[in-house]
Amino acid sequence: MLKLRDGIVELYRKVATSLPPDVEEALRSALDKEEEGSPAFSSLSVTLSNIRSARETARPLCQDTGVPVFFLKVPAGLSHLELKDTIMEATRIATEKVPLRPNAVDVITEQNSGDNTGAGFPVIYLEETTATTLAIDLMLKGGGSENAGQLYKLPAEDLRAQRDLDGVRKCVLDAVQKAQGRGCPPYIIGVGLGASKDQVTRLAKDQLMRKLADMNKIDALAELETRLLKDINDLGIGPQGLGGRTTAIGVKIGANHRHPASYFVDVSISCWANRRGRLIW
Amino acid sequence: MVRTVSLRTPLTTEDVLSLKAGDIVSISGSMVTGRDRVHKFLVEQRPPKEDIPFDLAGTILYHCGPLMKKGQEGYSAVSAGPTTSMRVEMYEADVIGRYKIKGVMGKGGMGERTRQALKENACVYFHAIGGAAVYLADRIKKTLGVWRLEEFGPTEAMWCFEVEDFPAIVTMDVHGNDMHKGIEDLSAQRFLELIRK
Repeated sequence: MLKLRDGIVELYRKVATSLPPDVEEALRSALDKEEEGSPAFSSLSVTLSNIRSARETARPLCQDTGVPVFFLKVPAGLSHLELKDTIMEATRIATEKVPLRPNAVDVITEQNSGDNTGAGFPVIYLEETTATTLAIDLMLKGGGSENAGQLYKLPAEDLRAQRDLDGVRKCVLDAVQKAQGRGCPPYIIGVGLGASKDQVTRLAKDQLMRKLADMNKIDALAELETRLLKDINDLGIGPQGLGGRTTAIGVKIGANHRHPASYFVDVSISCWANRRGRLIW
Repeated sequence: MVRTVSLRTPLTTEDVLSLKAGDIVSISGSMVTGRDRVHKFLVEQRPPKEDIPFDLAGTILYHCGPLMKKGQEGYSAVSAGPTTSMRVEMYEADVIGRYKIKGVMGKGGMGERTRQALKENACVYFHAIGGAAVYLADRIKKTLGVWRLEEFGPTEAMWCFEVEDFPAIVTMDVHGNDMHKGIEDLSAQRFLELIRK
């Protein structure tokens, strides 16, 4: 487990200091669409230059290194408890070495643990896989964009949103309209649909791990993703919320079965710094 | 044409009056950080000015929880972008009035009470680029001091930084212009059209 621990520390470093190439590419095309001299253009130029220097100097590209969220696919026979312990230890080391900003705060005493570990911190999801290799996905989810997320239950009368995919579309637009520039656009939007609140929030986060080019396998959801991306960009909120053509660079939707009485829609918003990465062991 | 304005802290009332929403600025001099806990403390405990080791009059209060590194020569900022300003909306008007700061900097803009306080106290709101934390940390030339480090921790403490050519955009000016509100009103109209489709 010692080598795995060091592998996770390196995964932290990679995810905190370099943006996935598809996200960087999407931001570069967003820059091409804005007018030179506009706030959108100048903020995107600075953002791209920030991404470059963070990677070159191996410094976290945003000071908010977020809540670490792990998704593990574990081959049968590997102990989940040991894996969790290894992640905790790697987190302590990464906080000092990368460094990461200590973000785990005790709700009662208001004391920061100083090493990014605590109750339910980092967030760790494990599930068994039939594959023979262990896959560890890590997302560093910034607080500003996490705060911009919303949970809806359909129907939502104020939005005239019924229990159908068009109702889902209205919820997502409402969440982005409410977020404005506060969560650092251009955004990547993850949406989870299903029967219970706890499940849809996780499903929405899962979507943020998908590559931007990843097409939904379900045609109706793929269509909705495309439609929503266009609608969101029609809002005109723009990079940094200062107006412009690109408010989002990706919308990804996942659906579980729902209960006849329940139709939950969770909208998870990621800032442009959609820091995600994978370690295969 | 977008104009770029060079500013040096402490800011004067004349500096603030000359700034308009949409101006791109380049700031040099010292500024202090303060986020959730500093604001709550300043408003609830009302510490007298002499308890704070930095002169807040005329300074810029930067909503930032930096990632700091302790080296042999003390602390330096590794990564230091803005945090969401709206979270301190309930405190900011009091802080501006009491401590006579001349600029508030963060991301995403602020609400009605702060907009009023900017007018009444000749103060201005700067939007710094969210997430551009390494780029902005490179404009911090020196850490001049820190207040309440033990109690609040490095993220929430008040740091005093010397900055050079620190870029930002004036988005709320002393005349009541507010770019964030303008964009929000426009997108609200489009939003209504889109959900009625």
